[in-house]
Amino acid sequence: MSDGNKFTPYMRKDRLPHIFCPGCGNGTIMSAFLKAMEKAEMDFENIAMVSGIGCSSRIPGYMDCDSLHTTHGRALSFATGLKTANKDLDVVVFTGDGDCASIGGNHLIHAARRNINLTVICINNNIYGMTGGQISPTSPKGSYGTTAPYGNQDNPFNLAELVAAAGATYSARWTTIQIESLVMAIKDGLKNPGFSFIEVVTQCPTYYGRKNKLRTPTAMAVTLKMNTVFKDAASRMRQKDLEGKIVVGEFANTQKAEFTENIERISEEKFGKKTLINSAYEEEL
Amino acid sequence: MSEELFIQGNEACAKGAIRAGCRFFAGYPITPSTEVAETLARELPKVGGSFVQMEDEIASAGAIIGGSWGGTKSMTATSGPGLSLMQENIGYAFITETPIVVVDVQRGSPSTGQPTMAAQGDMMQARWGSHGDYEPIALSPSSVQEFFDFTVKAFNLAEEYRVPVFVMADEVVGHMREKIVIDDDIEIVPRKMPESKEDFLPFKNIENGTNPMPSFGQGFNIHVTGLTHDERGYPDTNNPDTHDALVQRLCDKVLNNTDKICSVKSKYCDDADTIIISYGAPVRSVIEAARKARAEGNKVGYIKLDTPWPFPEKQVLDLAADASNIVVVEMNLGQMYYEVNRVLRRDANVHLVGKIGGLMPTPDEILSKINKLGGK
Amino acid sequence: MRTEIRIGGFGGQGVILAGIILGKAASIFDKNEAVQTQSYGPEARGGASKCEVVVSDAVIDYPKVQRPDILVAMSNEALIKYIVDLKDGATLIVDPGTTDIEDVREFIDEHNIKVFNAPATKTANDEIGLKIVANIVMVGAITKITGIISKDAAIESIKSSVPKGTEEKNIKAFEAGYNLV
Repeated sequence: MSDGNKFTPYMRKDRLPHIFCPGCGNGTIMSAFLKAMEKAEMDFENIAMVSGIGCSSRIPGYMDCDSLHTTHGRALSFATGLKTANKDLDVVVFTGDGDCASIGGNHLIHAARRNINLTVICINNNIYGMTGGQISPTSPKGSYGTTAPYGNQDNPFNLAELVAAAGATYSARWTTIQIESLVMAIKDGLKNPGFSFIEVVTQCPTYYGRKNKLRTPTAMAVTLKMNTVFKDAASRMRQKDLEGKIVVGEFANTQKAEFTENIERISEEKFGKKTLINSAYEEEL
Repeated sequence: MSEELFIQGNEACAKGAIRAGCRFFAGYPITPSTEVAETLARELPKVGGSFVQMEDEIASAGAIIGGSWGGTKSMTATSGPGLSLMQENIGYAFITETPIVVVDVQRGSPSTGQPTMAAQGDMMQARWGSHGDYEPIALSPSSVQEFFDFTVKAFNLAEEYRVPVFVMADEVVGHMREKIVIDDDIEIVPRKMPESKEDFLPFKNIENGTNPMPSFGQGFNIHVTGLTHDERGYPDTNNPDTHDALVQRLCDKVLNNTDKICSVKSKYCDDADTIIISYGAPVRSVIEAARKARAEGNKVGYIKLDTPWPFPEKQVLDLAADASNIVVVEMNLGQMYYEVNRVLRRDANVHLVGKIGGLMPTPDEILSKINKLGGK
Repeated sequence: MRTEIRIGGFGGQGVILAGIILGKAASIFDKNEAVQTQSYGPEARGGASKCEVVVSDAVIDYPKVQRPDILVAMSNEALIKYIVDLKDGATLIVDPGTTDIEDVREFIDEHNIKVFNAPATKTANDEIGLKIVANIVMVGAITKITGIISKDAAIESIKSSVPKGTEEKNIKAFEAGYNLV
């Protein structure tokens, strides 16, 4: 990476080069995130990142901010504690389809239900990359993985819809092909004072591509683009014709009381107390 | 001015947590620990703290680790099944050196077992429950007062050594009511913020092992990971030396301080033929049994383990070396019993009163075992 | 001296609170030692309910009741189930409205049990107009009959244990129980 990249100042330069494969969408998404963060006029110094386990969960390790790289599937639990302990932090969670929809599925719906002010970027590559190409809960029916050698027979989750149904106040899905829409969605998510979920469908040429006759990043990108259907158009399509399609757009954009605000409101209204921050460093409280 | 209360053990634990500076609790309802959560749900909002009922115990453990990095002393409370679920994240807390307090009010087990009955079947789960090498600290209260005191102590030790600390209570101590006295003057160990951001290494291989801990949002921009990491906190998973240095330091910072961490209480040990070793609620029966034995002219003493982990090897060796018989009393079929055997290295004379079924052993049950042993 | 008290009844009668009041009175207000324990489990929901208190002038090590010195029976089931654990010469307090002493007559005679009648439920109904304070009426009777706690300590303990705003009714219930015997 050259020092000329405008986002280099946000990176931990002593950690580069990164571990992502050539053609991976993670770099595009990091770049989209940083662009969105600037557009949202966020203070990068105030951002704390949390992630679980998987390729996408390695992203915070390259960002020069406080970052908590946690256990598989549990990023949202850790993030819930972090945000509750210090609600002044802007907490961003990077997760993947296996991390947040499989092992962490329960935490995902509960974090959405609580409408806790977290911005979750779910990098959905439809496969387990870190462990070498096993199918995930979002793998399309019929797709191949090392654990689905005869084609995946399971129905995939529609994550953005699932999270909207669970109570998130912002939920959207885009792909790595619609960069500007993705940037706007992340910006809206960062600004939304509640649970924000941005699903990014992305390419994994190394594993998904190789197993599914889409070996080059270009082949994967073309496929993503061909399969994309905008939400408005999708609403006029028959269910049968939507099979295998990626419906993009916003699935929730609303306002509800936020979780940590509710906690502080009760303390304030009933006992005249604000939620303490950094109290561990005090000898007497 | 001190305060006197007649309260349940679980309530005393919650009050101890607040006194120690705990301002974040995340938990999931489970008998017989639930009153800890219920009390904190009521009390934390009064002192600017936060209570969260999580979706399960895995999430509870994750949340308190997140809360701790957020700069708040954090705790959860559970029982055996919940502790099993928490174990992966507890291991994460060890490798990331996150101070947390985990309270386990033990019940009959394995599995769902006896939710409303007492046991001490989780002692080895506290010691070895997560994967890999680490050195846990565990405290076992025998009274409502100790449940308060040991919860405060657990927070202090967690901060002092940047480790998870277990409070291994049991249903008897959790549910009974007794008088406790809360002094005004209680030592509280606050967290140490690093002095400078310049060249700060959050996981430095320093002499005493324990680094100061910044919280998130203070500009230290640290990376915290469960992967084997170097002194900067950066993953370095394929370098044997990095792993060796990290895990060795994590263990040493506890093992090199056992003089300060380990605690026992003992009585009548000097001339004792038989020494009873116990912890938690059964200690109360042990004390009564020892007193009765002495009244009958039998030389019986006892050692109470305040800290089952790290096992107080030195203290037990010093006190029990000359006794003909050792009797370990616990509410399981032998857990600390094997640890006592390991330390004293004389299997033949270490005996077990291992009571399961949900009731604590009675003084008479202990006495009848002692009377069968025969003295010198 | 160590005194073991067991109070048995059915869920909803408030036998647990009665035990807590005794324990708190003894330890906090009389400056003796006390431990209160209770049975947990399905029976706490409508079925049998049991509460135990050990009171002593010395430190209490073993916290559970094994051979009660005092049994307070507020249901016939509790009376029949628990009387067999009583020490010889122990004190039995029954609510005649909810128990039938004849069911345990043989044991009483054989073991020289001292029996006291305390019609707590009827007194609560008739004198206070509130059946739910029968447990506090019983605390009054226990205080008078056994002397295990002082009257002043009992009153202080009740005041600090019952819901705010109900103190007066509860003290009235206590006095009614105290004057029963």
